[in-house]
Amino acid sequence: MSFEQLVFYAFAAIAAFAGLMVITVRNPVKAALWLVLAFVSTAAVWILAEAEFLGLVLILVYVGAVLVLFLFVVMMLDINLAEMKEGFTRYLPIGVLVSLVVFGLIYMVVGPEHFGLEQFKPTEHGPDYSNTKEIAVPLYTQHAYAFVLAAVLLLVGIVAAIALTLRRRPPSEALYQDIDAQVRVRAEDRLTMVKIPAEVEPDLPENKEEEEGAK
Amino acid sequence: MFTTLQQWLSGWMWDWLAVLITLLIQAVVVILPIMIAVAYLTYAERKVIAYMQVRMGPNRVGPYGLLQPIADAVKLMFKEVVLPSQSNVYLFLIAPILAIAPAIAVWAVVPFAPGWVVTDIDAGVLYVLAVASITVYGVVVSGWASNSKYAFLGGLRSSAQKISYEIAMGFALVTVLMVADTMNLTKIVEGQQGGIWHWYLIPLLPMFVVYFISGVAETNRAPFDIAEGESEIVAGFHVEYSGMAFAVFFLAEYAMMILISYMTSIMFLGGWLSPFEGIPLLETLFAWVPPFFWLAAKVAFLLFVFLWFRATFPRYRYDQLMRLGWKVFIPLTIVWVFVVMLMHYFKVGPWFN
Repeated sequence: MSFEQLVFYAFAAIAAFAGLMVITVRNPVKAALWLVLAFVSTAAVWILAEAEFLGLVLILVYVGAVLVLFLFVVMMLDINLAEMKEGFTRYLPIGVLVSLVVFGLIYMVVGPEHFGLEQFKPTEHGPDYSNTKEIAVPLYTQHAYAFVLAAVLLLVGIVAAIALTLRRRPPSEALYQDIDAQVRVRAEDRLTMVKIPAEVEPDLPENKEEEEGAK
Repeated sequence: MFTTLQQWLSGWMWDWLAVLITLLIQAVVVILPIMIAVAYLTYAERKVIAYMQVRMGPNRVGPYGLLQPIADAVKLMFKEVVLPSQSNVYLFLIAPILAIAPAIAVWAVVPFAPGWVVTDIDAGVLYVLAVASITVYGVVVSGWASNSKYAFLGGLRSSAQKISYEIAMGFALVTVLMVADTMNLTKIVEGQQGGIWHWYLIPLLPMFVVYFISGVAETNRAPFDIAEGESEIVAGFHVEYSGMAFAVFFLAEYAMMILISYMTSIMFLGGWLSPFEGIPLLETLFAWVPPFFWLAAKVAFLLFVFLWFRATFPRYRYDQLMRLGWKVFIPLTIVWVFVVMLMHYFKVGPWFN
């Protein structure tokens, strides 16, 4: 067994196990963390397949950003697990049926007769083969329009998300920080230097009242 | 050297075992000096801040207090790791590992001198960015698993902060890639050859500032240490940790500081190249200096700036921090991408030809 095979089987096993845990574990936060593990091990498998750009982008985008936000939301949810499990036995037959159908479809499309090293001989690449360049050239030439379209779609998505969450309330209802004004502020605006003449207390005559007060 | 070792080993044992042993030796060779550097960075931090505040700093353990970090490490190792009740024990103990594992794994692609690199991969910059982005899980998971409000708030703050500043950081790196035409860290340094005016610091000066400040925010250092925020949320995400579990978070933070300094030196300050290159008299005068020394000197200076920041600036308010990341740094980096594009088109200076 070569070292590559050892690494491949290790990461493939971890990915499969983690994927299984995502759907079986009860706590949603733990499920999200198992999903992180599944992504990381999948990225490792991709890197083994000489797709290092895709593998690293998978970690950077999904693990580093999307799933953190996902966790962010899931951690703050107050989920009643008992309520979610309601009707489990009632829907079980339909669920089993649907999952069997989906599994059958996947098996027909990507079953073992369509895969394997016999059908797809891995192409040998030279040492200066760059996966990044292999992706970049067709992306910006052949598929340029689709790429731009995807970018516009994302922009529309951003605008929509901001428009949906933006709610400007009048200043009477909510206080807003005017940071520009805060940054522009100078010491003279907040601080007044006042010259106060020194007050010298006159020597008090020895009196008995004070001593009595102390008592 | 390591390839000959691997060949010799695979002569009399399994192939995969030979590779594994070689990889382990390589890992130890890189990790051990970094851990020693981390230990003495904590000492340097205490000394530097002490002198800035007109104090002496640690001076009891060993000459000039030089054995202080070792004493600290021994003390932390013998302390009890307290497991909070109602906490999620597995995640509570995995969180420090999640923090330190990426902080160490990144060093696999960082070159220290010509040829001194574990793996010289073409996607080096992307690898560093991707692996460094995993460190956020240490903070988030520790915040959630501690079952403490302070830790949870710290975790939430930190995750939002790290994601925000990662974007600015990524864009700053995009401009470096545009100038260097490669993602290979060794080639990025080699592209800056030919004297101090060839360094990417000059065409990318705003990006240097953005990258370094984002790096300070990424490592949760003052003035961006709202994840800890002693005055508001006690100590943030690691409030429930004690002993070695706490020390591991500490190690991860300092290892990331050193990494940010290395990346800044490699991408903007010419890496291991001498600053006197191309200057007639000084170049021959300093020709004997080993390349690693120059890189170490640049890294040491940047680490000093980290400590200087901490001693100088008050902590940012949360909304100010978000404003700086989203409304100042990200627009600035996007503008600079176009500036670099124009510089590329008009073949400005010694950087584009």
